[in-house]
Amino acid sequence: MRDRLAFKIMQLFKGISTFGSYLMLMGRVLALPERWRMFYKQYVKELVALGVDSIGIVLLISFFIGAVICIQIKLNIASPWMPNYTTGYTTREIMLLEFSSSIMCLILAGKVGSNIASEIGTMRVTQQIDALDIMGINSASFIILPKILGLITMIPMLVVFSIVAGFVGAYATCALGVLSMDDLTAGLLHDFNQWYVWMSLIKSLFFAFIISSVSSFYGYTVEGGSFDVGKASTNAVVSSSILILFADIFLTQILS
Amino acid sequence: MIELRNVHKSFEGREVLKGISATFQNGKTNLIIGQSGSGKTVLIKNIVGLLTPDEGEILYDGRDFVKMTNKERVMVRREMGMLFQSAALFDSMTVLENVMFPLDMFSDMNRVDREKRACFCLERVNLKGAEFKMPGEISGGMQKRVAIARAIALNPKYLFCDEPNSGLDPKTSLVIDDLIHSITEEYKMTTIINTHDMNSVMGIGEHIIYIYEGNLEWTGTKDEIMTSTNERLNSFIFASDLFRKVKEANM
Repeated sequence: MRDRLAFKIMQLFKGISTFGSYLMLMGRVLALPERWRMFYKQYVKELVALGVDSIGIVLLISFFIGAVICIQIKLNIASPWMPNYTTGYTTREIMLLEFSSSIMCLILAGKVGSNIASEIGTMRVTQQIDALDIMGINSASFIILPKILGLITMIPMLVVFSIVAGFVGAYATCALGVLSMDDLTAGLLHDFNQWYVWMSLIKSLFFAFIISSVSSFYGYTVEGGSFDVGKASTNAVVSSSILILFADIFLTQILS
Repeated sequence: MIELRNVHKSFEGREVLKGISATFQNGKTNLIIGQSGSGKTVLIKNIVGLLTPDEGEILYDGRDFVKMTNKERVMVRREMGMLFQSAALFDSMTVLENVMFPLDMFSDMNRVDREKRACFCLERVNLKGAEFKMPGEISGGMQKRVAIARAIALNPKYLFCDEPNSGLDPKTSLVIDDLIHSITEEYKMTTIINTHDMNSVMGIGEHIIYIYEGNLEWTGTKDEIMTSTNERLNSFIFASDLFRKVKEANM
């Protein structure tokens, strides 16, 4: 009993200490770049690596999920007692309110988060970060800041792409005869609230910060070798995902 | 000149450095030697500021590095060049970009001049023609030479090398040793090399300190090693048959 209590207290202290280390790292990250020329170069590189390179997977997943949502709603909810626009309306609300912001960010936490953690972790174990420190460069800011700003810049675009691809996927089901194009269009336009799009975009900005900063933290603090880089990469994805889910509850409550 | 005064460092209660005092002179190739686990890497990491000593002073031309403000430290760090054991090249950049990196960060030269300077440094380490290769496309010895070129790009006052010959064949090791030695003389740098390669000791060891279990056990030159009566040093240096025979032949 006493051992279990001691273990729990140790875990709690470890958690607090990890959070403290994260805040301290963020304190170093949020510093003005030493050379704007180099920062801009890194920033553009990250826009491509984290944003542009994710467009493909975002479009693919959103297209199919949009289509599947549409089919499922039609099969399971629509009935002669329901208006014809129900399927399109529900598809739109799911895509706008949850899928294109929260679920898409969970998927990106897997793709982008593991990429960030393993890239920075490898830089750590191959002493590239030490090399930056020796040169008198704020390595945390030099490496992490462009990643955070890059993902925050690109995520609204990815969310918009996801929404559009989801709707295109829903229209694709019309070709399969699931529902008529007019019914779907009527549903997508029915009682449209523009704020839901803004809500989705605002939520995604917070999620982008969580994904990039948490993954960078796990990568930057790697100690050891390739095994530890792999572990850091997994931890980054798991922690980012959990934090996104928690943040989603609060953000949805605040923004709704 | 770099001076260490009574440097101590412990990790979780285990004392790795037990009060090391030493002086590393300008324009000389200074070697730190010792067995694996003797504290060489910890010592060099303390000197360059990747670790902070628990006690003691590290003086760069009389300025205590430990007590400096962050801003002062950054200024001293800009006078340092370092060659890591793994070369630590930025693998997303070409060879030329790697060498240009410190210039991009800290010099006010225009792009053409920065490129010229980087090409000059690459020529200095005999790597003309490798400018647009990626680090993964060149050999270990070439990577070390690129790292040397990057380290000297800003004309540093201090050059640190952590086991520069590890993983290299004896011939390439000699090339790297000669390069570091000639650059040290040419630029009048204070060079500190951390090694357990006896060829380096005998080849370029102008000033050598021998660390044994975290203590400074012996200090001297490569010539003095041959006549030293320090038992621990002798058992380390003359552990191989080859060097034992060289010593016997000299005697």
